[in-house]
Amino acid sequence: MNILEFLFNYLVFPGFLFTAIIGMFLTWIDRKVTARIQMRVGPPWYQPYADFLKLLIKETIIPEGTSSVLFYLGPLLGLIAMSLLAVMLFKMNFAPKTTFVGDLIVMIYLLALPPIGVIIGGSASRNPLASVGASREMTQYFAYELPFLITLAGIVLKAGGTIKFGDIIQYQQMHGPFLYSISGIIFGLIFLFVIQAKLGFVPFDIPEAEQEIMAGPYIEYSGVALGLYKITRAMMLFLLPLFMISLLWGGIGDWWAILKFLLILGLVILIKNTNPRLRIDQTLKFFWLFMGILAIVGVVLALKGF
Amino acid sequence: MGNFKLWGLKKSPWVFHVAAASCNNCDIEILDVLTPRWDVERFGIVLVGSPRHADALLVTGVLNRKSLPRVLRVYEETPKPCLVIGVGTCTCHCHMFEKSYNVVGPYDKHLPIDVYIPGCPPKPEAIIMGVVKALQRLK
Ligand code: SF4
Repeated sequence: MNILEFLFNYLVFPGFLFTAIIGMFLTWIDRKVTARIQMRVGPPWYQPYADFLKLLIKETIIPEGTSSVLFYLGPLLGLIAMSLLAVMLFKMNFAPKTTFVGDLIVMIYLLALPPIGVIIGGSASRNPLASVGASREMTQYFAYELPFLITLAGIVLKAGGTIKFGDIIQYQQMHGPFLYSISGIIFGLIFLFVIQAKLGFVPFDIPEAEQEIMAGPYIEYSGVALGLYKITRAMMLFLLPLFMISLLWGGIGDWWAILKFLLILGLVILIKNTNPRLRIDQTLKFFWLFMGILAIVGVVLALKGF
Repeated sequence: MGNFKLWGLKKSPWVFHVAAASCNNCDIEILDVLTPRWDVERFGIVLVGSPRHADALLVTGVLNRKSLPRVLRVYEETPKPCLVIGVGTCTCHCHMFEKSYNVVGPYDKHLPIDVYIPGCPPKPEAIIMGVVKALQRLK
């Protein structure tokens, strides 16, 4: 692969630009559906784009006495990781031969970077509320990562022990999607909650809890830096359901994937709108106790071949 | 400033609510504006929790010796360009608190206000109208 092609893939399609534009559109769907559930009219379709354009012309204030490198590294880290994840997801789905050993593990690390960015940025902002938010983000990350990793281990087991992302997809295309089995349904359920928590949607929006700690780690961010955080969130809203479809529901190579995607998105938005926020200890208990045990049961079932 | 970017600012004003010692009525009316009945998210208006995210400050109440430094600090913390919108008769002049020993005078002595919304308290419709007027002032 030559360098120009890579740059195009990374920056335009299917990397940064494409994912950001679609992701922002999805945040509009989220806001619109939320508004309709609350019997409101909701924002017009161009709302997320207008928000971002506005953030571009705003002043970016760096709080006094912080390291500006770390302050900017926070939002950038997540953005860089998500662009790379987009390229990998699409490449592995449409050209499975490009898969390499351990790319699933690379993806796990890429998915870990946005929360780490939020933690770095929050801790660098020298604000007590931001530190509280950053510490909550850290706790929440440890909470959902355990069932998430067990689930991925289960999926690898079901695919015959391969840790190549492309091979997992191909295995499903030959033997049918994993979701159509008992352990697959369990994994799907856990995946759904993990997506919810990774996106920071209610009931897992504890780090930014607007009513108590006023946007938490984002509190000192303004202008472009805040916009980058928003874009990262939007890209994750697009990529995480795709990740789930690739691993559990037979890949995104056909048109059915759009329906599957909308179904998952609808479920995520519904959970978001019908639940109150949990406390951080409740989240930990929910993920480690209930989801963790459920994930282990799933792995055992997968071992037995269900 | 390009027309294009200005359009973004006009379509997505995020407001921060600064209660500078009001009698709480104006604050309640501001909350009314955010309810499903008036639904300002139609216009992209969102109430944000931190002045760093804000494009418009909705100030209520009379300025007194205690609240003046706080309001000024919040104004300085807000990234520019930002609008300041005075909600309620209290912000236009000092209303019935004019003779009080503690009041330090009307707002325009201390910070640049873009739009005043009179009323004690103003109706939600009037508040929306005020924000629209403030946005029209942007160039
Ligand atoms: S304008 Fe009237 S309602 Fe509003 S804060 Fe002043 S006294 Fe209260």
